[in-house]
Amino acid sequence: MPSRPQPRFPEPHTEPFWAAVKEGRLTYQQCTDCQTVVFTPRLVCTSCGSDRLPYRDSSGEGSIYTFTVVRQNRNPVFAEMGAYVLAWVDLDEGFRMLSNIVGAADPTRDISVGQRVRVEFEPQESGDYPIPVFRPIA
Amino acid sequence: MANQRRDAAIVGIHEYPLRVAPGRSAMQIKVESIKAALEDAGLKWSDVDAIYDTNDGEGGGGLGMAAYLGLSPTVIDTTAVGGSSYEFQAAHAFRDIAAGKANVAILSYGSTAASSRRAIGTGGATGVGLPNWQNNMEDPYGMITVGNYALVARRHMHEYGTTTRDLAEISIATRLHATRNPEAVKAMSDLQFVGTGEITVEDVLESRMIADPLHLLECCMQSDGGGAVVIASADVARGTRKPPAWILGTGEATKYRQNGGDITTSAGAQSGPAAFAEAQVRPDEIDIAMIYDSFTITVAVCLEDLGFCKKGEIKDFVKDQRLRFDSPLKPTLNTDGGGLSSNHPGMRGIFLLLESVRQLRGESTSQVADARLAVAHGNGGALGGSHSGGTVILARD
Ligand SMILES: [Zn+2]
Repeated sequence: MPSRPQPRFPEPHTEPFWAAVKEGRLTYQQCTDCQTVVFTPRLVCTSCGSDRLPYRDSSGEGSIYTFTVVRQNRNPVFAEMGAYVLAWVDLDEGFRMLSNIVGAADPTRDISVGQRVRVEFEPQESGDYPIPVFRPIA
Repeated sequence: MANQRRDAAIVGIHEYPLRVAPGRSAMQIKVESIKAALEDAGLKWSDVDAIYDTNDGEGGGGLGMAAYLGLSPTVIDTTAVGGSSYEFQAAHAFRDIAAGKANVAILSYGSTAASSRRAIGTGGATGVGLPNWQNNMEDPYGMITVGNYALVARRHMHEYGTTTRDLAEISIATRLHATRNPEAVKAMSDLQFVGTGEITVEDVLESRMIADPLHLLECCMQSDGGGAVVIASADVARGTRKPPAWILGTGEATKYRQNGGDITTSAGAQSGPAAFAEAQVRPDEIDIAMIYDSFTITVAVCLEDLGFCKKGEIKDFVKDQRLRFDSPLKPTLNTDGGGLSSNHPGMRGIFLLLESVRQLRGESTSQVADARLAVAHGNGGALGGSHSGGTVILARD
């Protein structure tokens, strides 16, 4: 089981996001006044400044905008993980999220830009929070 | 050209010669450099009336610098936007001097990133400092600096067909210039580079993959180092020791991850045109392009964004070794050897100004004949995420 770094609290911006993750939901914000999709979590709409930004549940599906296979990371957690895929994922609801792509036999060959992926909540060896990562949709 | 401004010029420079300086502190590198840059300009300690600082090392920002140096500046500016801080500060000094708020400004940088083995490129430390709105969304995923830039390179390759062979041209030209700069050769030797000579496309392709598609020879070194710049008003510049390098125009911008945004376009697409417009020059007139080379992709994206070629056309632009100092085509790239092969202590922006001035004075180790116009473009932060772009256009008399 992986032991990725956990989010740390108190941190008021990201608390609602991670509370939802604990319940198996991937959330984003959308402005009530102008409908702009906002991510990562914050107090104000990035288009109009409105503070009416309720959270919505994402379907968890999207496509890979870009990715890299990181071969070298001095952090012991990631050094042990071996080569891992770092990616920006464009979720179907219109937000772009940093995450890892898991489940590829050979990440240098099996991952591509535009590939469809789905979120999964990866349990961690230590800590209360699973981490949302993405897996290619078969 | 008739209406170009001649309000402020870089009149003094110093680059700290060592890239491995054990036993030296960042503050000491800054102060030694300020002293040497003032001597280079032929100005006195008491002439300084403006301090620009990034709060680097243990300097304490503009306030701390004033106290250490014993100065009573009329302008203090502690602008810290990563590697482009020095282009931003030069822009601020330019307008502060033009506004009559100051006459002699100093910018300085010092870092012991190599000696203190600070993890920059391949990162490491997560969970350091307080959690915040950004790191709480990134720490679980192992985002490291080189990985961030690799995300840009991957998308650039996907959209425009750019290849490692194309990007390698940047590494090759920069290394050629480094082999001609004794301080860069010593840097590569002191930092135990496998080779310190010229490199080929094959060398780049065969070097270790760090984060696909970026190879080792596409990544900057991690060194100690620093330097200082003195910027003065037109009145002061008339009496200094060396020919002035006039600041003709500047631009500042930010960019960050946006839903649906284009990662292959940087803040330089905003700061570059602003600087060229103010300077009243065109990119094709520029002799020297000092572009922040944290990685090859940084240079590729920024050359496009500054208008040297269209977005996605870097693969054609870098052909025929045009970036070399002895190419008949403009511009020449990073003639000091760049961050790739001469000097990268964490925030390279100041070295872009230093080498621009050396070229305009005729003092470079890879001197371009009759260099008249230079652009220094710094990129701070991380190209594939939040970053800043600062552009400064310089001219000799
Ligand atoms: Zn709104």
